Amino acid sequence: MRGSRRSVDQAAYYAGVRMVPYDLVKELVLALAGTAILVLVLAAVLSSPDVPPVTIQSWAQADPTGFERTAVQELQGQSTSAQYGPPYNHATGSVQSFGFIQPQEWAGVHLPVDPARDFVLQPLQTASAGNPQLASALARYRAASPGQRSSWLDAYAHALDKATVRNGQVVVPPGSYGPMAEMLSNLLTIARSGALDGQLRSSTRFYQTDFTRPLLFLGDGDYFAGLAQEQHLLGSQWGVMNETGSYPGQTWLWLYTMWYQIPPYNASSSADLLVILSMGVLTVALALVPFIPGLRDIPRWIPVHRLIWRGSDR
Amino acid sequence: MSERIDPELRGSWTFAIRRYLARQLPLEHLLPERQPAFVRSWTYVFGAITLAALTWVVVSGAVCAFFGPQWWHVSPQGRFFNSLHFWSTQVFFVFMVLHLWAQFFGAGWRDGRALTWVTGVLLFVLSIGTAFTGYLSQENFDSQWIGVNAKDAMNSVGIGAFFNVLNFGQMYGLHVLLLPGALLLFVVVHILLVRMRGVVRPLSERSER
Repeated sequence: MRGSRRSVDQAAYYAGVRMVPYDLVKELVLALAGTAILVLVLAAVLSSPDVPPVTIQSWAQADPTGFERTAVQELQGQSTSAQYGPPYNHATGSVQSFGFIQPQEWAGVHLPVDPARDFVLQPLQTASAGNPQLASALARYRAASPGQRSSWLDAYAHALDKATVRNGQVVVPPGSYGPMAEMLSNLLTIARSGALDGQLRSSTRFYQTDFTRPLLFLGDGDYFAGLAQEQHLLGSQWGVMNETGSYPGQTWLWLYTMWYQIPPYNASSSADLLVILSMGVLTVALALVPFIPGLRDIPRWIPVHRLIWRGSDR
Repeated sequence: MSERIDPELRGSWTFAIRRYLARQLPLEHLLPERQPAFVRSWTYVFGAITLAALTWVVVSGAVCAFFGPQWWHVSPQGRFFNSLHFWSTQVFFVFMVLHLWAQFFGAGWRDGRALTWVTGVLLFVLSIGTAFTGYLSQENFDSQWIGVNAKDAMNSVGIGAFFNVLNFGQMYGLHVLLLPGALLLFVVVHILLVRMRGVVRPLSERSER
């Protein structure tokens, strides 16, 4: 680095510059006191955002039909999670790439998730203990051919468009749904009770802090996104930098968020990858500004420095 | 003027490091009582306020970490400390960005200060990562939504399984230990670099790039 040795010799560097008393420690102590007062007042007056998390239970209670529709999509293999791809499964629905750059594919499947089994069938299997009707319905579903299952699921999915809700239960018109009504009614019951939250969180370990499965299931439904839209958190609403309510969010992500609003990013199915690559290049450029001709000359062309050092040259 | 070195100390790593530090960072550079007159500008206060806000971020975060994640949702005291953490973070970012812009338009990297600039940008990036994991650790609706959306970005670059934003335990650990540790380490390096080289002379003067 040019001048490093010379600049350490501060006496020589500041030759001819008027040196004045300056109390750095006092400045820092005053800054500590000032910021303490500021954040104490802000915290006392404005508090902080804390909208309670959504649970599978609150979803099933607020939108039972939507809950069952999502469960059917999981069984059909048509949900976002079921069609996602790495790192959850080998599908391709959410795989992003840019030319030969395919890091999502390269990374492979490391968090295996089978939405039909993990979100629907396994919880129902657990709930079928002591429930012969549900056990029988599950056995019938498992014994059926893929074509038969698909026929039942399609029929039930169409029936949900005409469904009504009575006492929290979804009521569909009579039809050829096989065991679907029994299975989904039971899934809704355990979801409404809160038991499904526990089952999706549970693992082979006693302690766990991983919420991948319940959050993927929530993300597959429309209810979750609807709440986010009410809180202006969708990507199209600059949601990455927003916070619930009127609180400031991660406003420092404004540039990252902006790319999602403009072409070609907003029309690309690989928008995330493109935005991250773009921001990576910009971040490296920012770090290397001192070495990039043109970029490092901007401060000379736009003389904001005259405001910074106004009158100091004399 | 060459320094006379005791022959017995030649090859001593301890002596070499102490001699290097004494040369590069004498106490009068670390805690100078005088500064160039041009330092009397409000823009020089942005860095100090950023550091002060970071202090309150760390203090309020340490209190929240001690009582645990449930505390800030269920007790008024916890909620208040969570609010202190939230607002001190906002103040920290506001003044860090002001400091960054002031250094950019003052071309603060001149005269051998490029490494100071690079560590500053690294601090900015580390701060964004630390705040991001903090938002994921809130345990509220916002953290759920951020996680569900951010997973697509992480997965798109192939790190979603190793930096799983839906795994609260991993995000919380990163937020309270590893990222703040790295952040504080680079804050120390950044400040020492500033003190070693002193503040850069005004841009209107002739200087190296």
